[in-house]
Amino acid sequence: MTEERPPTDEDRPALTQKERMAIDRVAMPEQDAAIRAVNFREVNLGLTRQIAMLEAERCLQCPKPYCIGGCPVSVNIPRFLKLLREGDLPAAADSLLDDNALPCVTGRVCPQESQCEGVCLRAKKGNAVAIGHLERFVADWAQAHPDELIHLKPKPTGRTIAIVGSGPAGLTAAGELVKLGHAVTIFEAFHAAGGVLVYGIPEFRLPKDIVQAEVDRLVADGVRIEPNSIIGKTYTLPELRTRFDAVFLAVGAGLPVFMDVPGENLKGVYSANEYLTRVNLMGAWNPGSETPVLHGQRVAVVGGGNVAMDSVRTARRLGADEAMIVYRRGRDELPARAEEVHHAEQEGIRFDLQVAPVEVLGDEKGWVRALRCIRMEPGEPDASGRARPVPIPGSEFEIPCEMVVVAIGTRSNPLLTATAPDLRVSDRGYIEIDETGMTSIDGVFAGGDIVRGAATVILAMGDGKRAAAAIDRYLGGEAPAAADVTVEAASEPA
Amino acid sequence: MHPIVARDQLSPNVTRLVVEAPRIAEIRRPGQFVIVRLGEGAERIPLTIADADPAAGTISLIIQSVGASTMDLVALQPGDAIRDVAGPLGRPTDLIDQGRAVCVGGGVGTAVVYPIAEELHRRGVSVTSVIGGRSREWVILEDELRTAGEVVVCTDDGSYGRHGFVTEALRDLCDAGPIDEVFAVGPVPMMRAVAELTRPYGIRTTASLNAIMVDGTGMCGGCRVSIDGQSRYACVDGPEFDAHAVDFASLADRLTTYRSFEQEALARHEACLIPALADRLGDPPPTTGPVAGSAAR
Ligand SMILES: Cc1cc2nc3c(=O)[nH]c(=O)nc-3n(C[C@H](O)[C@H](O)[C@H](O)COP(=O)(O)OP(=O)(O)OC[C@H]3O[C@@H](n4cnc5c(N)ncnc54)[C@H](O)[C@@H]3O)c2cc1C
Ligand code: SF4
Ligand code: FES
Repeated sequence: MTEERPPTDEDRPALTQKERMAIDRVAMPEQDAAIRAVNFREVNLGLTRQIAMLEAERCLQCPKPYCIGGCPVSVNIPRFLKLLREGDLPAAADSLLDDNALPCVTGRVCPQESQCEGVCLRAKKGNAVAIGHLERFVADWAQAHPDELIHLKPKPTGRTIAIVGSGPAGLTAAGELVKLGHAVTIFEAFHAAGGVLVYGIPEFRLPKDIVQAEVDRLVADGVRIEPNSIIGKTYTLPELRTRFDAVFLAVGAGLPVFMDVPGENLKGVYSANEYLTRVNLMGAWNPGSETPVLHGQRVAVVGGGNVAMDSVRTARRLGADEAMIVYRRGRDELPARAEEVHHAEQEGIRFDLQVAPVEVLGDEKGWVRALRCIRMEPGEPDASGRARPVPIPGSEFEIPCEMVVVAIGTRSNPLLTATAPDLRVSDRGYIEIDETGMTSIDGVFAGGDIVRGAATVILAMGDGKRAAAAIDRYLGGEAPAAADVTVEAASEPA
Repeated sequence: MHPIVARDQLSPNVTRLVVEAPRIAEIRRPGQFVIVRLGEGAERIPLTIADADPAAGTISLIIQSVGASTMDLVALQPGDAIRDVAGPLGRPTDLIDQGRAVCVGGGVGTAVVYPIAEELHRRGVSVTSVIGGRSREWVILEDELRTAGEVVVCTDDGSYGRHGFVTEALRDLCDAGPIDEVFAVGPVPMMRAVAELTRPYGIRTTASLNAIMVDGTGMCGGCRVSIDGQSRYACVDGPEFDAHAVDFASLADRLTTYRSFEQEALARHEACLIPALADRLGDPPPTTGPVAGSAAR
């Protein structure tokens, strides 16, 4: 990133709306597709300060900004963009961080095209303001310049809160609660904090240093993290409830769903969770790691969401000549972020669309040799209004491959709920909460994927923020209720 | 950090480490395990909790050094420490309260059987342990098991105890009188042979499955085993299952998934000690079928 003297108003008079309209949307500089398809470095290289300030000029500062309404946590987008284009980065960063605890993460992983940018006024005629890229720019600046940010030291309240799970929901809640002076301990099952941000989303999309820096910042602010603590095993929820004044459950929806077809126990079949955990958390992409992972020449990934895109692009980087997506619906229905699909296509990922697996075939040594599939066509609309794919009889065929990665969704893990009989869960095992975010147990709150079913980082963060405010009020504090985020029904697996 | 407070060598390749882990020592039950990670970059390794001393806040881990990761673990000395110890994981053994039980342990599997035998004995169950090894020096925990009841030792070469496999001794016990339950832990072929042996006798038989694991909490599915045709997770639904329902062939096969990687890792590990070997490591791994490796490119 080039650091230049910010232009002042003398240098550059304010633009007219017409001039703003004439600026084209910036393109994110990327590593060349052929080069990045064999490395794990981040694909998007980030904007320079000058280009970021120019892109911020494209914002029309609408009197009624739709983008704020499009953001699940109502980030005041025009406010931070105005500060950015004025070159006041400390103020832009403070403004952004006030609304969003992990902007360096969301700037990289939010599906902006269906949120803030999807409703941006400029998208009506041309291209939306590149809000995600600008969010990332300001957030990265903030991470590199911690001393230039406002830092308030809160008065300790003496209240203690246990947070279970260190994904985006847990980290956000922890950050909000320490800001209010509460003593926070996060219990995490794994040896490292970050949840899906460290075990699921790969390095080339979200560098682990960035997540670690956020975790370190929380620790510096006084958050205690207890790794290797599995609630339901190492401690039970009732134990935590007696030890702490309040508890926030943010354990995610970590259980893998398999296809339930013959041959799934053959060697070479992975759940996306296992594949990505081996590669990301355990560092198997790195030659120095002790954790093994299989390297297939031909890898079929079943599913069409972000998890499937991450798996297939990982396989490509680990040397697969043919890395394929097998998805039962069409291209336009892929649930992944648009940028991920675009990047995957650039990297030479093959898409076998309107196809569903029926069997994994193995060789005489028990290794995968092919995925047997059937072609699908759109049928009657299902509950979500999308056409339900139905198999075309007699259309079975084989996709030769040595590895199959199953990325068709996740569900709730009963490990914690099994030791807490009083905790009300839905018939699918998701924790039920009231309008304040409290569960059926007094003083125990929940949020993120364990409430919604597999959703998004920003929705999990919104839940963390809302729960923190509710916990503070529960403990007699005066935190205003955070902007209400509607909890939709648990999403259908991809 | 979890300091090592004691270490002893039980057989040429089996080591006992006594490790500080107060919370786990306090609440663990027989049949449960921990996942340890020695340090940054190290693998997560599941290990049965062979014993615990809640007063001292320690647990005993009995480790067979088979690969690079376990070799690093058994090289630890008192005063060294393990970075991560997570647990206790898995379901505790479903134990009977009376009657007669036979605990069969093969090799390092004896370490898994020991806490079960001890607890059964404490509950008043009459316990006979049948333990085996290749030869005398490979037999472990004999003295410990004697405190829980009778012990029959078998060696493949007849250098100690009874000459032959543990299954032969077990057959005699089955013929000699009623048995309420058999626990079998050891190499897959041994557990499978025990299951086949007890099936016609109709004796309830439990095996502890050493599936490949990552997290140990149900989130990866890597430890899936086939029980009565159904996929189950060894880490949360097990590790103990009804031995008569286990698909041992599938388990044995899945356990070979990373064999080429393990050999490579072991060679790399030894090359650190034998510089001449290091040259050979430039060789690319075989390219037919998926190649296990941390970076094949
Ligand atoms: C590969 C992948 C890619 C994704 N890509 C995107 C994307 O691009 N954009 C997007 O918006 N969303 C994406 N998502 C979804 C997003 O990551 C999740 O919605 C979000 O992480 C949910 O956050 P959470 O805090 O609820 O749970 P998680 O991030 O799942 O964190 C839960 C944490 O709790 C821990 N835990 C679980 N059980 C226990 C227990 N009993 N005791 C202690 N700790 C426990 C877990 O180890 C974990 O660390 C992706 C998900 C995956 C898997
Ligand atoms: S958090 Fe996500 S949706 Fe909200 S402004 Fe940032 S990128 Fe857009
Ligand atoms: S070890 Fe991952 S699910 Fe059992």
